[in-house]
Amino acid sequence: MSWLSKLLPSKIRTSSEGKGANVPEGLWVSCPQCKGTLYKPELERNSEVCTKCAYHFYLNARARLSQFLDEGSGQELAADLHARDLLKFKDTKRYKDRLVHMQKKSGEKDALVVMAGQLKQKPIVVAVFEYAFIGGSMGAVVGEKFVQGVERAVQEKCPFVCVSASGGARMQEGLMSLFQMAKTSAALQSFHQQQLPYISILTNPTMGGVSASLSMLGDIIIAEPKALIGFAGPRVIEQTVREILPEGFQTSEFLLEHGHIDLIVDRREIRDRVASLLAKLLPR
Amino acid sequence: MQNFLDFERPIAELEAKIGELARMGDDVSVNISGELRRLQAKSRELTLQIFGNLSPWQVTQLARHPLRPHTLDYISRIFTDFDELHGDRHYTDDKAIVGGIAYLEQRPVMVIGHEKGRKTKEKVERNFGMPQPEGYRKALRLFELAERFKLPILTFIDTAGAYPGIAAEEHNQSEAIARNLYVLAGLKTPVICTVIGEGGSGGALALGVGDYVMMLQYSIYSVISPEGCASILWKSAEKAAEAAEALKINAENLFKYQLVDRVLPEPLGGAHRNVDEMAQHLKAELILQLDKVMEKPIDLLLTERYARLMHYGQSVFE
Repeated sequence: MSWLSKLLPSKIRTSSEGKGANVPEGLWVSCPQCKGTLYKPELERNSEVCTKCAYHFYLNARARLSQFLDEGSGQELAADLHARDLLKFKDTKRYKDRLVHMQKKSGEKDALVVMAGQLKQKPIVVAVFEYAFIGGSMGAVVGEKFVQGVERAVQEKCPFVCVSASGGARMQEGLMSLFQMAKTSAALQSFHQQQLPYISILTNPTMGGVSASLSMLGDIIIAEPKALIGFAGPRVIEQTVREILPEGFQTSEFLLEHGHIDLIVDRREIRDRVASLLAKLLPR
Repeated sequence: MQNFLDFERPIAELEAKIGELARMGDDVSVNISGELRRLQAKSRELTLQIFGNLSPWQVTQLARHPLRPHTLDYISRIFTDFDELHGDRHYTDDKAIVGGIAYLEQRPVMVIGHEKGRKTKEKVERNFGMPQPEGYRKALRLFELAERFKLPILTFIDTAGAYPGIAAEEHNQSEAIARNLYVLAGLKTPVICTVIGEGGSGGALALGVGDYVMMLQYSIYSVISPEGCASILWKSAEKAAEAAEALKINAENLFKYQLVDRVLPEPLGGAHRNVDEMAQHLKAELILQLDKVMEKPIDLLLTERYARLMHYGQSVFE
């Protein structure tokens, strides 16, 4: 912000920034890792991965699904499921209002999008967390959609894939959201008895109750590079142990080093890698 | 001297007066027993009144009360011939979780619970009841042992949460918790869970998946601690009381929302005022519920357990 804009009252300032009359908004973005300037349409074509340093930007759930599945094969499950504010939860904002606001902002009903479709002509069910929806937090709707996805995979006798991006359980639904950890884990327990593979893909960030349930239960666990993955948040740990955290703590690379995950795969290769893994696991 | 919480101050003052009067009674010839009885009745009435209308935050304080009975206090009063079993067979013995085989009356059972410890040294040894992955893996080993030898499992939940530490993450706290949820969901033996104090988040749930879930009246169970919730949503840990209210973390609220099956009443003033009475009551209830789940063929039990887990949240999106 320049000294001039700092002098301006905030009301004028916001209207003069960004949404300039004729300039298309955000055509260029700066990469937080290499600081390179990237042309947005090109970044989109590259799966939101920096063309210079391979930094993985946030990718919304629907874009991910359309890139992952065979073109036009995706059929959304439980698309209409949406949450009710059972607890009448209110912090600085009512949960009810927060839901409406998020639905408008993200265009999603809740933080998980599930589709049945095909991956290289083979049936598959894929669930993807939408991080832009209350931090991808898991409440009753996320839990239920996940379970319906698993059940669909059982019906179709096909693999199930989940791509996580979540801060954890959704506080605004209280204990109900904690219990979604048990619900999703139970569904996976039952799924595993079907001899069908469950592949868990962890993206930035995968924390708390989501990490400590469905994410860590994959037959194969893949992470995108440099994603933050863990149970407790780094700040909470730092405050508890009063120590500086080790370099690269709770990153995908750290997890691979410590034996928590199977593979780190670049987003642009995930579709091919998953297809090739599944080809080896599935009955011939 | 009993340990009084802030909201119990009127009771504390009255009790102090009663104590003083009782001491006077020893060396003064006047008969004060009438007055003493009157004050005692008043104290009881006051306690009933205060405890009849506790806020979720006040219940939180009771759930964390320094004198509140812990898992080992109940084990010694409810079970006989307890053999504590140690270690995860991989790395260490996490003392924040205790477990072992014991008799409940004539029936052998597996008992597993969080243990916060009582005196300072013990608290430190037990990491204040906050388990690391090794604790959950010990529990997992005991779950599977119980399954093999057809022992029903009784868990006691009492933790602020899984420990947020560097080593805990290095040893995959997430996986340890997730694995317990996963295994418990399909474990071929009955599981009865009781929240006896604090049910703190995933660290509590890792011992909390079963066929019947009870909570003691002044216990709490929550997705996040009120302090943690307040600092995230209100940007200030000072708002913990409001967060506790919003999260509806006390037993009676959770029962109302059908998230737990039963609330066990506590002695007047809380379990710590009469540990023996609480333990006897809990014991009777455990026997009763165990009889019920033991009657069921295991396949039916597992179907019902699954259905109950799948039911969580139905009320939110119906």
